[in-house]
Amino acid sequence: MAPLIKIRDLHFNRGDKVIFNGIDIDIYQGKVTAIMGPSGTGKTTLLKLIGGQLKPDSGTVEVDGQNVHKLSHSKLYELRKRMGMLFQSGALLTDINVFENVAFPLREHTKFPESMIRDLVLMKLQAVGLRNARDMMPAELSGGMARRVALARAVTLDPMMIMYDEPFTGQDPISMGTLVNLIRRLNDAMGLTSIIVSHDVAETTQIADEIYLLSGGKVIEKGTPETLKTSGSEWVKQFLQGLPDGPVPFHYPGNDFSKDLLNAEEQR
Amino acid sequence: MIEFLRSLGRWGLNTFQRLGRGHMFLVQMMAGMPSLTFRFSLVIQQLFYVGVLSVLIILISGLFVGMVLGLQGYNTLVDFGAEESLGVLVSLSLVRELGPVVTALLFAGRAGSALTAEIGLMKSTEQLSGMEMMAVDPMKRIIAPRFLAGLISMPLLAAIFSAVGIFGAFLIGHGLLGVDDGAFWSQMQAKTDWYEDILNGVIKSIVFGFVVTWIALFEGYDATPTSEGVGRATTRTVVHSAFAILGLDFVLTALMFGDI
Repeated sequence: MAPLIKIRDLHFNRGDKVIFNGIDIDIYQGKVTAIMGPSGTGKTTLLKLIGGQLKPDSGTVEVDGQNVHKLSHSKLYELRKRMGMLFQSGALLTDINVFENVAFPLREHTKFPESMIRDLVLMKLQAVGLRNARDMMPAELSGGMARRVALARAVTLDPMMIMYDEPFTGQDPISMGTLVNLIRRLNDAMGLTSIIVSHDVAETTQIADEIYLLSGGKVIEKGTPETLKTSGSEWVKQFLQGLPDGPVPFHYPGNDFSKDLLNAEEQR
Repeated sequence: MIEFLRSLGRWGLNTFQRLGRGHMFLVQMMAGMPSLTFRFSLVIQQLFYVGVLSVLIILISGLFVGMVLGLQGYNTLVDFGAEESLGVLVSLSLVRELGPVVTALLFAGRAGSALTAEIGLMKSTEQLSGMEMMAVDPMKRIIAPRFLAGLISMPLLAAIFSAVGIFGAFLIGHGLLGVDDGAFWSQMQAKTDWYEDILNGVIKSIVFGFVVTWIALFEGYDATPTSEGVGRATTRTVVHSAFAILGLDFVLTALMFGDI
């Protein structure tokens, strides 16, 4: 089976900093694929590259057989109608209420009658448990609620795939459990393809079919959650078990601490 | 010395890059305009925020500017026994210069800064990115309606400013200083030319509206997506707009009235 998303030899730099140094990723239809890695490894950047919001320095990103970065403006927008994306912040439009936010893609892209829009929006809001919050403004929502509204909005147009950027951050335990199940159920019931960018190990390994671990601009490891849990790699062990010591340093690389302190003494 | 040259070069490159981005932005904005034909409701909504909400500041400022013009004009004209020409002096000053220029400066401060802050915040809270990923082009949905609203609002606000200013000068000239009302209005009507004065003033206000709205929207769209970045962009909108208005006013005045 050909992958729905095929990334080949992707290079991307931000200024002097190398974000991706030749990564290959295949994401298959109907699967929940997780992209994991420490903070600052470019997980969100990868989603923006898949969505065509950023251009790679070299390499290709193919979605449903189309090279995203070779598409014309109108073709790219046509493709995006079949992509859903859940932003880390929710990215809700702040001047309209929850109902109108979820209705927004329908009003922009369809000519559905108002009654149908209402039914569809209420169904999506019911799925994320926020049907009764439909009249609230985004500023009145908690971070977790805002992300659930954004999820309802992301699935409004029944896309072929959804990209989740840190969906579990800031959720209370009850919403977290619901959300984890919801992502899996939505994926299976709607025949979606899901890409989850996260560093919440427990939740992500619970629902992912395949996991890619990124670090230092490379794919360090890939496989099912079970194979990664039994992996012999020190790096994988450190990341999945959250160990402070290992190949990934806790401290941002730079000067030695004692030297820094001594320098400060000398400068006084 | 080398460091100075390096920073000068960096500044020059950044400036040219920003100029380039600004003009690309203008082209994209213009390309988004035809889509508004089918969704004029978006423009009407923005006309309210950009235009209607600016009316109060324009009314109050216009009234006071007119009243001051009335006082100052009378004090100068009375020495030559020409106080009955107060109407002409006030109307020509307002219609040709003060109406478009002061309105544009106020418009940049009131509506321009609000536009920059709004677009900058939409960028920093990923609302624009979110729209792009929903296959909604922010240039067509957000930027173009605001641009058209600014373009329509400015000449109307300038007209209101001039009208209220003339009324303010009349209140002072006739009500307080005793200038004959018949002479005030009749001389004004006789000496204010439709094409030479009013049309040129309208052209000025359209040009200022174009430039101020373009600067305001571009600064918001190009802002660094942080609270400091949005604050700096808002300041730049007001400062750059003021420079652009005053500089263009000189150029337009020279072309229209300077017999160049």
